[in-house]
Amino acid sequence: MASYSTSEIRGGMKVMIDNDPCAIVDNEFVKPGKGQAFNRIKYRNLKSGRVVERTYKSGDSIEAADVTDIEAQYLYNDGSHWHFMCGDTFEQYQMDEAQVSDSKLWLKEQDKCVLTLWNGSPLGVAPQNFVILKITETDPGVRGDTSGGGGKPAKLETGAVVRVPLFVQQGELIKVDTRDGSYVARVKE
Amino acid sequence: MSWKPTASFKTLHTRAKILAQVRDFFSKRNVLEVQTPLLSSTSVTDPYIQSIPAIFQKTGSQIQETLYLQTSPEYAMKRLLAAGSGPIFQICKAFRQGEVGTFHQPEFTMLEWYRPDFNHHDLMNEMDDLLQLVLNKGKAERLSYAAAFVNTVGINPHFASLEELSFCAKKNGILVNSTITDRDAWLDLILTHCIEPHFANNHPVFLYDFPISQAALAKIRNEDPPVASRFEVYYKGIELANGFHELQDSDEQRRRFENNLHQRNKLDLSPIPIDEHFLAALSHGLPDCSGVALGLDRLLMLILSAENIREVVSFGF
Repeated sequence: MASYSTSEIRGGMKVMIDNDPCAIVDNEFVKPGKGQAFNRIKYRNLKSGRVVERTYKSGDSIEAADVTDIEAQYLYNDGSHWHFMCGDTFEQYQMDEAQVSDSKLWLKEQDKCVLTLWNGSPLGVAPQNFVILKITETDPGVRGDTSGGGGKPAKLETGAVVRVPLFVQQGELIKVDTRDGSYVARVKE
Repeated sequence: MSWKPTASFKTLHTRAKILAQVRDFFSKRNVLEVQTPLLSSTSVTDPYIQSIPAIFQKTGSQIQETLYLQTSPEYAMKRLLAAGSGPIFQICKAFRQGEVGTFHQPEFTMLEWYRPDFNHHDLMNEMDDLLQLVLNKGKAERLSYAAAFVNTVGINPHFASLEELSFCAKKNGILVNSTITDRDAWLDLILTHCIEPHFANNHPVFLYDFPISQAALAKIRNEDPPVASRFEVYYKGIELANGFHELQDSDEQRRRFENNLHQRNKLDLSPIPIDEHFLAALSHGLPDCSGVALGLDRLLMLILSAENIREVVSFGF
């Protein structure tokens, strides 16, 4: 596998650190006027999700990781595993609950998503930025209140709970921003 | 790729104003503005400062000569002092090979000045006056290099062993990938990672009396422990300037250069010819003086709260 020198490393690159695949978050060049040059490299461990900072001597190199993102479709959950299929190759992948982590709150069967693969095995899944989901449970709001002020919790078909305006009713479809779990708009069927 | 300036016009106006303020400050104090060559046949031998080489070829000649873009105007300015210039200052471009980052540009603007009959504390007083004028943040705090370490991480930088330094770095959460077998590298790591972030944010901090292993071109005082009469200036945790009570002894200076070349050789770095003009000037006699170099781009970053040095130069690298 190729490797990157500290001078080439940029945010987003995938590297191997302590035998784990990691994504670079930030690379800061540190050099006292008369001192030695270092790079403070911040990275996210793609298995644990933890963000760690580590200092390298400038000029050191870090092994590249065979990590790729592919477009896939979420198929179903069998009770213990979540199943996905790559749209291009029809290859199927499965992940356990820890691997899908919070993404499971936004995954609806047949929806598109992005799988991160390391050496061909899935590491994690990211839902689309915006998803359309049905409200399965929410208190009846005050009809005619279209101001959007206030709001109430609403449970969605995937189990996620988001804050919606009072006029939004049970059974309706809404558009949600999965990056912060915020309500965007009501959607007609 | 954009052809547009990396600095706003507001920033360029502030830059022009600061340059005018600096020139006025020195003019009122009868310090002479000088210019010295940026291109020279020699350069610093420091193993951790690399010069950018430039090839010179006389028109019609086949002979190529390697010149170096200067990393600071120090040697030439000291030759002026030895020739009897009296107090001098210079605002010039300086060049450092390989240095690019949030606070680094390979080409940057330096303010360097020398004061005969000043020790490093006298020069810190003058630096304080200048910074109060341009930053308007009140008097600087002064802290010895040893006190900064003892107060923040509880070790004495003049005595701590390699093992104690590496343990201290680990204890303070510095995760280092590389093997480091050099005391000064550990001191630099602890200073940049653990101590600089704790410096006061509302006024500049002057750090003085460095370990003798980091004397560079400063005099060493044979106290207990011996220390180098060197100081650095920080504001908001950013290194702004470095000054010395200047070494006058040409034999000692030659030994330091030779030691640098020995270290460069060990690090597989190309040798740099020793500046014999500079050593000859020291032999002739450099007046007792102190000198300091300040990074004007970083000063401007701090005045303008810029996040990257590219924002304060018209066209960033």
